[in-house]
Amino acid sequence: MKKAFILASLALSSIAFSAQADTVRFGIDGNYPPFAKQGADGKLQGFDVDIAYALCTAMKATCEIVPQDWDGLIPALNANKFDAILSSMSITDERKKAVDFTNKYYNTPSRIIAKAGTAVDQNAFKGKKVGVLRASTQEKFAKDFWGKNGATVVSYGKAPEGFLDLKSGRIDGMFVDSVVGETDFLKSAQGKGFAFVGPEYSESKYFGYGAGIAVKKGNNALRERLNQAIAQIRKDGSYKKVQDKYFNFNVYGN
Amino acid sequence: MIDVNLIIEKLPAFFGGTDGAPILSTSEGLQLTLELLFWSLLAGLALSIPLSLMRVSRNKVLSTAVWLYTYVFRGTPLLVQLFIIYYGLSQFDWVRDSWAWQYLREAYACAILAFTLNTAAYTTEIIAGQIRNTNHGEIEAAKAMGMSKWLMMRRIVVPSALRRALPAYSNEVVMMMQSTSVAGLVTLADVTGVARRVFSDTYMPFEPFLTAAGIYLVMTFGFVWLFKKAEGRWLAYLAPRKH
Repeated sequence: MKKAFILASLALSSIAFSAQADTVRFGIDGNYPPFAKQGADGKLQGFDVDIAYALCTAMKATCEIVPQDWDGLIPALNANKFDAILSSMSITDERKKAVDFTNKYYNTPSRIIAKAGTAVDQNAFKGKKVGVLRASTQEKFAKDFWGKNGATVVSYGKAPEGFLDLKSGRIDGMFVDSVVGETDFLKSAQGKGFAFVGPEYSESKYFGYGAGIAVKKGNNALRERLNQAIAQIRKDGSYKKVQDKYFNFNVYGN
Repeated sequence: MIDVNLIIEKLPAFFGGTDGAPILSTSEGLQLTLELLFWSLLAGLALSIPLSLMRVSRNKVLSTAVWLYTYVFRGTPLLVQLFIIYYGLSQFDWVRDSWAWQYLREAYACAILAFTLNTAAYTTEIIAGQIRNTNHGEIEAAKAMGMSKWLMMRRIVVPSALRRALPAYSNEVVMMMQSTSVAGLVTLADVTGVARRVFSDTYMPFEPFLTAAGIYLVMTFGFVWLFKKAEGRWLAYLAPRKH
């Protein structure tokens, strides 16, 4: 009871704090390029960081970026080291128990990478092999979608192993998050002759709801403020400017 | 601590029954481990008998060539050999364009090739050592009977060496069985491969790897028992007198 009271008063005070504050502190894990990495000057840079600054411009607030390793993000948020987590955190039901999420700020679809020009549909891999990462969202989808239509789903521990086998022809397609596929393979010399083929897959039943900004449980004022800011940067084109700096495809999703 | 229910729930996966499918509906897990072991031991043994004869041959070229082969394959980790065969060879266009690619493209064949070359190297040295150890009396007797060199090899030296190689070879079999666990690193779902998958799915390390360890232990026990029986039958003449 006492604990609940303290928690409630903590939550209340943080609402009051962040609603008035003109500084918004974002916790970001700097080990996830191209979304966030440490630059030569020691400061974080990347898609997540630029989105944070764009949001602050929209909210007419000052941005403070707080680097924090992934494991410590949620505890640090709850310890008030920053006001929000903007670190490519996927919105999942599990995490919703610990924090509140804004709407998504990006949702990269998963795609097949194969020889450029390959046609892809549900029966495209009958008698062929599709590579995925072990225990990934893509693995479950691929087993249901292509595996049940005669394809063999081959699971890899690391993405580069799968891309090597794709290049040598052991597998006929690699099914990965489009950002991983783009940065790890297609942009490298290895990826010559290969391309994203077929449609984008992002069914929330398999792939979740995209990446959102996490705020402390009950901090509805900041959550609403961020949601409005996301809508605004989507509208005024500053989102697209950030996106085009890093990717040549739509990372927001549908 | 240890979640016994998880072990029980995931146990069928180690015997080919993934995700509620009936046991042995796929060859994943134990069956794949045994298949890899059986084929590589069979091919390895078949290779190692002629190789060991070359190894003890007086022809310097032959014996040095085989020495080099066993030195390289015994002197490098099996995992490295497997990666060279699986990932390394596939880099070359001439390999991918050759007739061998239809086999090398399969992880299964690459694993058997790597295991065969590895176990053949060890077995060659085991048998070659026992050929060198052949009792002078046996050779003298064979010569006295007027046997030619090859007849003597075929009837006396090799069968006798193979018998005496049994204890060392049983070690090799058990070691090889444990070594097949690297197959999981080239996408194969052997016992260890299944354990790694369960680990990735559940984030629980203890339960799947303990299960795998238990399966390997039972297999080791089985092989040791089989070789004890075999030694009792073929090495009885070397056993200390009991009366």
